Amino acid sequence: MMSSVVSPGLVLMLGAAAVPFLRGPVRIAYMLLLPVLGLAYLWSVDAGVYGQMAFLGYTLETVRIDALSRVFGTIFFMAAFLSVLYALQDDDPVQQVSALVYSGSAIGAVFAGDLITLFVFWEITAISSVFLIWARGTDRAYRAGMRYLIIQVGSGVILLAGAILHVADTGSLAFDHLGVVSPGTTLIFIAFGIKCAFPLLHNWLQDAYPEATVGGTVWLSAFTTKLAVYSLARGYAGTEMLIWIGATMTAFPIFYAVIENDLRRVLAYSLNNQLGFMVCGIGIGTEMAINGSVAHAFSHILYKALLFMSMGAVLFRAGTIKGSELGGLYKSMPWTAGFCIVGAASISAFPLFSGFISKALIITAAAEEGYVITWLVLLFASAGVFHHSGIKIPFFAFFAHDSGIRVREAPWNMLLAMGITAFLCIAIGVYPKPLYDILPFPVDFAPYTTAHVITQLQLLMFSALAFTWLQLTGLYPPELRSTNLDFDVTYRKGLPALVSAFVAAFAPLDRGFRRSAVALVRHAIAGVFRHHGPEGVLARTIHAGNMVMWVVVLLAVYLVLYFLV
Amino acid sequence: MTHRPPPKGEKPRWLDRTENVSKVVWILVAICAALFVADAFYHKHAHYAVEEWFGFYGIYGFVVCVGLVLGAKWLRTILMRPEDYYDDDE
Repeated sequence: MMSSVVSPGLVLMLGAAAVPFLRGPVRIAYMLLLPVLGLAYLWSVDAGVYGQMAFLGYTLETVRIDALSRVFGTIFFMAAFLSVLYALQDDDPVQQVSALVYSGSAIGAVFAGDLITLFVFWEITAISSVFLIWARGTDRAYRAGMRYLIIQVGSGVILLAGAILHVADTGSLAFDHLGVVSPGTTLIFIAFGIKCAFPLLHNWLQDAYPEATVGGTVWLSAFTTKLAVYSLARGYAGTEMLIWIGATMTAFPIFYAVIENDLRRVLAYSLNNQLGFMVCGIGIGTEMAINGSVAHAFSHILYKALLFMSMGAVLFRAGTIKGSELGGLYKSMPWTAGFCIVGAASISAFPLFSGFISKALIITAAAEEGYVITWLVLLFASAGVFHHSGIKIPFFAFFAHDSGIRVREAPWNMLLAMGITAFLCIAIGVYPKPLYDILPFPVDFAPYTTAHVITQLQLLMFSALAFTWLQLTGLYPPELRSTNLDFDVTYRKGLPALVSAFVAAFAPLDRGFRRSAVALVRHAIAGVFRHHGPEGVLARTIHAGNMVMWVVVLLAVYLVLYFLV
Repeated sequence: MTHRPPPKGEKPRWLDRTENVSKVVWILVAICAALFVADAFYHKHAHYAVEEWFGFYGIYGFVVCVGLVLGAKWLRTILMRPEDYYDDDE
C-alpha cells in the first residue's frame, strides 16, 4: 500500500538522471530548479509517515516528515541549491550527477522512518560522493577517495549489522530513539560515530575533503557529517557519553588547525570542531540543547559552505591553497575576501552573525545543566575557533605578507553563491526568529542580552588580541609546508608497516614449514616408489605357475591340519 | 616561502603602510580595554561563580588562545613531517 508521497530526496536523485542529456544554460537552469522544487515539495507535505512498504514481513516507513527531519531537509535543499550555483563552472556531468544523487540520498536518509531505508540511503551517500573527490584527477585524490570510500561504506555495513541485531532483539525496524542499550544499538552508534567524525574515527574527513574538487568540497561539507548529526539527534539524544565525546571533538582538532598549512584542511579540522558542539548538545539532551544542536547544524552548513567556497575560489584562481604561499589576495579578490570574513565572523559566533544565535543555545544548556568542565571546554573551543577559522583563514589567504600573487576576482557564479550564503549568515544572525520557529521544540531563549553580547565580544576580542600579540612578538608558528601526523598514520603507515613486520617475522618460519612439508611429501613419494615402482617388491609380475604352487601348498597345509585335529 | 614582490607600478594600499597596521592594532587594544571596563556596568546572569570575576571572559579568552597556539607549536615538534610524507609508500 503505497501512498502518493515519495521521499523529497528523490526529486534530486531521479532528477539527476536527466542532467547528462541537457546542454548549456538549460542544464544550469534545470539543476538550479531541482532543489527549489524539492524544497517546495517538502513544505507542501504535512507532517506524517508515508510510503509504507512490506519488506520480509516488516513494514518500512520510507518517508517520515516531522519537525526534526523537516529542518534538516530544508537546510539540505538550500545547501544543494547554493552548491549547484557555486560549482557551475565545472561543466562535468559526472560531478553534477553524483553531487545531486549524493545530496538527494542524504535528504532521503533524513526522511527515513526505519533503519533499512536509512541504510540504503546511507550507502548511496558514500558511493555517490566519492566521485567528487576522484574528479580532482590527482593521484593523491584517488588514494584519499579510496580510503574515504572504504571507511564510509564500512560505516554503512556496521549500521546494517547493528540494525539486524536490533531487529532480532526488539522485532522493530523503526528508527526512533535507540540509546546505547544493546549490541545492536551500540553498532548503530559506532556507524553514526564514524560518519560524524568522532575522535579517532575522524580522519577520513581531514584526509578526503581537502583533496576534492573546488566545488566538490563545498558539496561534501554540507551533507555527510550533518546527516550523522541528525541521526544521533534522532536515535541517541541524551546519551551522556556524547557530552564528553563532543567536548573532545571541539577541543583537539583546533590544535591541528593552528599548525596545518593547507587552508581547506584547516577548515576540515574546524568542521570537526563545530560538529563537537552539536554532538555535545545532543548528549545534554534537554529541549534547549537539542534545539541548539539543530540550529547550529543549520547555521553551520551555511557558514562552513561559505568558508569552503571562499577558499575554493582562492584555489581556483591562485592555483594553490597553502597558507605558506598565499597572502595579500584582498587586493585582487576583494569580494571573496569580504565574503570569507562574513563566514569567519559567523563561525566565530560574533553577535549579528548566525553562529552567535545557535551556539549560544548549546553553551547555555551546558551551563544550566551544570556541566562545568564541558562548559569551560566549549568556551575554550569557541575562542579557539575564532583563532584558527575566524582569523587564520582570512589572515593568511587575504592579508599577512603580500605573496605577490595577482589574479582575477572569482567568477560571477561563485560570487553570487557566496553573496547569497553570506546574506543568509547575517540574516539568521540578525533575525533568528524564522529559524527558531522551525526547530523541533519551542524556543524560549533571547540571544541578544547585554551580558551575552558583551561576554561573547570579550572572549572574541581578547582572542584576537592574543593572536595579534603572538604575531607581533614572532611567537606565532609560521605556516610551513608540512604534513602533521594524525590518527590516520595508524592505517596509512602503521598498518602497512605492521603487515611488512608480520611478513618479515613469519617468512622464515613459513619457509621452514613449507620446506619440511615438501621433504615429507618427497619422502612419502620415495617410499611408495620403492615398494610400488618398477623394481618394487609389490610391483613385480608373478607367474601363474607360482600361484598354483602356493595354492597347492596351502591345500596341503590344510589337509595336514585336518588329519591332525 | 615563494612570495614574489608586488608588480611594479602598483599603488600601495592603505594597509601596506606599517603605521596603518599599528593603527589597527591600537584600535583593537582600545576595543579590548573598553570591553574589559564594560564589565563594571551590567549584571551577568552567572551560572558559576567564576563568571562573576571581573573581566573573566576576556582573560579566559586571552589565556586559552595563547595556550592553544603555544601548545600547537609544541605539537609540531612531535607531529610535523615533510609534505610528501605519505606520497611514496602507499
